[in-house]
Amino acid sequence: MDFNLSEEQEMLKTTARDFLEKECPKSLVRQMVGDERGYPPELWRKMADLGWLGLIFPEKYGGLGGSFLDLAVLQEEMGRACLPGPFFSAVILGGLFVLNAGSEEQKTSLLTKVANGELILTLALTEPSAGYDAASVEVEAISDNGDYVISGTKLFVPDAHIANYIICIARTKKGTAPEEGITAFLVDGKSPGISCTVLKTIAGDKLCEVVFDKVRVPKKNIVCKLDQAWSAVEKTLQQATVAKCAEMVGGAQQTVQMSADYLKERIVFGLPLGSFQVMHYYIGNMVVDVDSSRFLTYEAAWRLSEGLPCAINIAMAKAWTSNAYRRVTALGEQIFGGVGFIEDHDMPLYFRRAKAAEVTLGDASFQRELVARQLGL
Amino acid sequence: MDFAFGEKEEEFRQEVRDFLSEVVTPEMVEERAGGKYYERGPHSKELMRKVGEKGWLALTWPKEYGGQGRPLGDRFIFAAEMLNYGVAAGGSGIAIVAPILMRHGTEEQKKEWLPKIARGEIEFSLGYTEPDAGTDLASLQTRAVRDGDDYIINGQKVYSTMAHQVGYHWLAARTNVDEPKKHKGISLFMVDLKSPGITIRPLKTIADELTTEVFYDNVRVPAKNRVGEENQGWYYIAEALDFERSLVVNIVNSERIVEGLIEYTKETKHKGRPLAEDPFVRQGLAQLWIEVNIKRLLGWRTAWLESQGIVPNVEAAVLKIFGHELDQRVAKTGMEILGLYAQLEPGSKWAPLKGIIEHLYRFAIHLSYGGGSHELMRTIIASRGMGLPRLH
Ligand SMILES: Cc1cc2nc3c(=O)[nH]c(=O)nc-3n(C[C@H](O)[C@H](O)[C@H](O)COP(=O)(O)OP(=O)(O)OC[C@H]3O[C@@H](n4cnc5c(N)ncnc54)[C@H](O)[C@@H]3O)c2cc1C
Repeated sequence: MDFNLSEEQEMLKTTARDFLEKECPKSLVRQMVGDERGYPPELWRKMADLGWLGLIFPEKYGGLGGSFLDLAVLQEEMGRACLPGPFFSAVILGGLFVLNAGSEEQKTSLLTKVANGELILTLALTEPSAGYDAASVEVEAISDNGDYVISGTKLFVPDAHIANYIICIARTKKGTAPEEGITAFLVDGKSPGISCTVLKTIAGDKLCEVVFDKVRVPKKNIVCKLDQAWSAVEKTLQQATVAKCAEMVGGAQQTVQMSADYLKERIVFGLPLGSFQVMHYYIGNMVVDVDSSRFLTYEAAWRLSEGLPCAINIAMAKAWTSNAYRRVTALGEQIFGGVGFIEDHDMPLYFRRAKAAEVTLGDASFQRELVARQLGL
Repeated sequence: MDFAFGEKEEEFRQEVRDFLSEVVTPEMVEERAGGKYYERGPHSKELMRKVGEKGWLALTWPKEYGGQGRPLGDRFIFAAEMLNYGVAAGGSGIAIVAPILMRHGTEEQKKEWLPKIARGEIEFSLGYTEPDAGTDLASLQTRAVRDGDDYIINGQKVYSTMAHQVGYHWLAARTNVDEPKKHKGISLFMVDLKSPGITIRPLKTIADELTTEVFYDNVRVPAKNRVGEENQGWYYIAEALDFERSLVVNIVNSERIVEGLIEYTKETKHKGRPLAEDPFVRQGLAQLWIEVNIKRLLGWRTAWLESQGIVPNVEAAVLKIFGHELDQRVAKTGMEILGLYAQLEPGSKWAPLKGIIEHLYRFAIHLSYGGGSHELMRTIIASRGMGLPRLH
């Protein structure tokens, strides 16, 4: 047993923290909400130079061969910094899907480019029905003259507006079970028939509506086997969920730190606000929420890294962390009072992101249902 | 990070399981089941002696004091396995008295008391709390006045649990009334509860089991039963708290209780369908299962810190808050799931799960102030952990 990070992970953490403090100040984060792309390309290049974009890809695909624990460490720092941009969509959702399901050729050509920052991928899974389960996949791809033709609407697709390729999860067959007949297509983001609208979201990130109007995709762009993509989708979702939890832990940790710092400075009734016991109570609750989220998340990441069964651990981590992060930011807002209500303050960044992260990849009740099933209920 | 136990630890765990499978009888489990978390009946005492004979009460003590000199982490494994078997052994004698004796006792005291404690032959009731001194323990007023080779003690203790079932009182009393700093006038004594002048009055708690009031009326205690220096008792008490941090939440086995609830809802039908199909039940039990796992992880972290030679302080406060408030939530959700049946007490006809949920609902009330006020625990996290100022 060891509750410490390894030396390399500590180094990654420090590097990431220093880098993001310098290169990703909160002013930039706020600015990027109104930016059309949503991130500065120079920052993306620098992240590629640091090796982050290939952190979890094997070396033969241009990556560093890192583990999920390494990824969790990095994601935590990104969550702390409120890093804008397509890391989650390109590297985690898109990149890991290709790694999980792609052919050798696809992996070599796509992942190398993701790792060096040339290529943005994203995963188009959810639809207006807004579910992460197989039954919610209704967008159809119909075989036509050796190609496939995709029609329908994908919703909440992150960063589709800048993606070179959108991995579209579509229904190719109405099987007996909803998991059957699902296929993944690598769709060029510029294909005729695709229209993309950036939605206005609580976290100011770039979630898109992507309408496929008879979009033609060659057969060779199928990732994974025809009709059999669901298990790879599921695996990718699980990995992404752990990463999302780590991001939330980072944001929650930073919220507690900011709140405690403020409580030491702010004077009310002639005393530091932080000397009033009810504030101790708030901080105590926040620390309990952060620690509990952290260990559930890291245990899940560790199990993933070790190749141990971890479906229940991941669901537990997301169910708990989703609500814990929300509680922590709500208390943060309470502690800061009016100043935390002003958009220029950092508190709104975390408050907004907490809600977005909570509903992304399944909220607490969705995840608890997964836990219940794992318990045989 | 590594969330697996090492090979040596797993070996020890197996050894403990083998031993417990052999010695634990249904009577021992029965005696603690259905709400006897604190009491020590004859079967529990029997188990304690067996564990003592095996040398495992003093698992991590240095060999020179009759211990096994095992790594600190083993204690955590041992306690967890005991809990899994639904039994307990080792109370205040092992957890508090012995560590203080080892550090501050005289050679004579060590020779006389430690082996008996290690073998499970004697047990102590903790005599800290008084009617006007609970969380603010330093306010205690029970007086001990030196008289030749003895002290003469007068005063009243309250909630001295098990005082009616064990031989000795581990007593904190005031030896200096002139010292303005209240915590600097307290000394510790080992008192034979059969001494003349002592009256023990049982108090029935909301959780059925008994605690006691102990009255001291001119009780003579030999000065050789004072532990450590006069007026230094407060510091010893504080120090002793640091020894068993990772074990503080090991009173209720919430994991096992939740498992029981899960089984119950699978087997029990309501309007023709298993309770486990009800979304409210599924969500509630999944949530408890998640929290049980958090308690496990927070416990592991605290134990791991201890095994690294670090005294977990803030981390132990986090564990106590989470673990004990979880016990309360287990009871609350469990009662909601049981519906009308929730009100049936242990021993009642029709009582689901032998009434353990109903009992826990009453028992868990005190866990958020007993053994450390949870308000103060949060203050510890905020002040020691996050650097906030404290007014007291
Ligand atoms: C079943 C049971 C068994 C026990 N066994 C023993 C035993 O064996 N030996 C023994 O010595 N004692 C024992 N106790 C006593 C226990 O340690 C005390 O109940 C505890 O210390 C709290 O003291 P109190 O009851 O006087 O409450 P108080 O100290 O009066 O506290 C009342 C409430 O105020 C809160 N509070 C107290 N101080 C603060 C503060 N500074 N800031 C904010 N809130 C505060 C508390 O958390 C609590 O909610 C036992 C108690 C129970 C219920």
